[in-house]
Amino acid sequence: MNLVTVSGPPSSGKTSVILKTIEAIKRRGLSVGVVKFDCLYTDDDVLYAKAGIPVKKGLSGSLCPDHYFASNIEEVVQWGRKKNLDLLITESAGLCNRCSPYMKGIKSICVIDNLSGINTPKKIGPMLKTADVIVITKGDIVSQAEREVFASKVNSVNPQASIIHVNGLTGQGAFEFSTLLYDEDENIETVNKRELKFPMPSALCSYCLGETRIGEEYQMGNVRKMELGDKND
Amino acid sequence: MINIKELEHIKIKELENQYPFILSFFENNKLDVEEYEEYTLEEYLSHFTAEEIDEWAIDIEKIKSDLESYINQMIEFLGLEEDTVDSITIIAGNNKYGDKENFEELTINKSEIVAIVGPTGSGKSRLLADIEWAANKDTPTERTILVNGETPDKSLRFSTSNKLVAQLSQNMNFVMDLTVREFLELHARSRMVDNEEEVIEKIIAAANELAGEKFNLDTQVTGLSGGQSRALMIADTAILSTSPIVLIDEIENAGIDRKRALNLLVSKEKIVLMATHDPTLTLMADKRIVIKNGGIHKLIKTDAEEKGILKELEKMDDIISNMRANLRKGEVLNSQV
Repeated sequence: MNLVTVSGPPSSGKTSVILKTIEAIKRRGLSVGVVKFDCLYTDDDVLYAKAGIPVKKGLSGSLCPDHYFASNIEEVVQWGRKKNLDLLITESAGLCNRCSPYMKGIKSICVIDNLSGINTPKKIGPMLKTADVIVITKGDIVSQAEREVFASKVNSVNPQASIIHVNGLTGQGAFEFSTLLYDEDENIETVNKRELKFPMPSALCSYCLGETRIGEEYQMGNVRKMELGDKND
Repeated sequence: MINIKELEHIKIKELENQYPFILSFFENNKLDVEEYEEYTLEEYLSHFTAEEIDEWAIDIEKIKSDLESYINQMIEFLGLEEDTVDSITIIAGNNKYGDKENFEELTINKSEIVAIVGPTGSGKSRLLADIEWAANKDTPTERTILVNGETPDKSLRFSTSNKLVAQLSQNMNFVMDLTVREFLELHARSRMVDNEEEVIEKIIAAANELAGEKFNLDTQVTGLSGGQSRALMIADTAILSTSPIVLIDEIENAGIDRKRALNLLVSKEKIVLMATHDPTLTLMADKRIVIKNGGIHKLIKTDAEEKGILKELEKMDDIISNMRANLRKGEVLNSQV
């Protein structure tokens, strides 16, 4: 089985891109399944199920979504194998721009959209910088110049990635993207013992543990204060 | 090819002199080098504390290998001789039922305009994607695309600086919060043009030739009217975009001189493909491709009779434009026009 992890900011078009891409992959006679990770709510699983794609969803609830991803990915892989999939795609939203669910040696895709603003490539950390393929969406509604500038900024933060433009509505580019996803020589049986490409934020403070009161006396653990003095005005 | 090992012992200051574009790499990767000009690259990269590395998600090895790729890409890009595309050739594949398309091959030369007509969903996007991807019997239509009569290099597919197709459509908007000048500067810098000021002046002059209502460099791009936006997009694409092929998805006949817009693109030696339902635009093209069931169904050359009809259509368009202008001025229309 092939495994691909797709992530990207909320509403960047991950699900649309995956759906259009799966259409193209299915034509090659391959079976594809999706596991959708989200935080509080998603009904994308219904969209996948409607398209006849085996799907599972996981909501992290009160946990950090990427930590939740890391604690569940092995079980997810085993689910994919049980379903006899040729290709398993995981989809997760990068919510804080600092995490990324990518593992070493596992194809990592970041979906990012032209509408998100010219400085977005700078703001997104490892999720964009360590991706193998970067999909840029919503090119049909911004100007040619903005597409060119945006792509060059993306390229400057991750010059080694393949950058591809996909239109999630018409599917333009989805076939081309699909050719990058499946490698018949690859066979992932487990991700046990694999490493994340990048460590997740190491915050552990009283608020992580359920504290709700504001005030220095309630703050313990990994706490850092902003610099609000005059010297850095 | 530059190897990063060769650069590690060079001072930041000297790297900036030798590779000026390195500044945008530092900036976009949030690497503040301002007070480290005298450091070598190696010294700079090893000055981060463990806390900073964790805090700002810095991966030194990744930065090094990225920088190596970036410098090599930019050197290649800058050294690129004007790789002119004189023609593209589409060699027939199949429609969505697997039947061979109704033509053998079609060559489109630079400065030529070809219209693409057919119902929504008939396969226009697929045709465009085939061209953009430089299909080589490896897409669902099994078409082949040649550039200058030859199979183009596969690296074209993922190049961000060297894309084959620029697209313009009626649905496109400016989304950046910038003035026209700032917007054009940003685009010019990303293309690394030398004569920035001159190019910007040229674009604004060309855009104002096309736009019904003039605008200046201090206007916010998001505040431009539909016609002005279209005019700026076309002028910018014609003059600043490196893509040799321009795909236009419909241009509405309001606030922009469409004939001049096409002439501008043609004068910049672009290959113009135009998906349209508009009779005037269709007949302005030299040829048209009719798409049906996902395949090219017919190729039609615009003949003398159709060019005659085009003259009539243009007169009608003029009448409507005049009426629009007059109504805008507050005049009352009469049946004499």
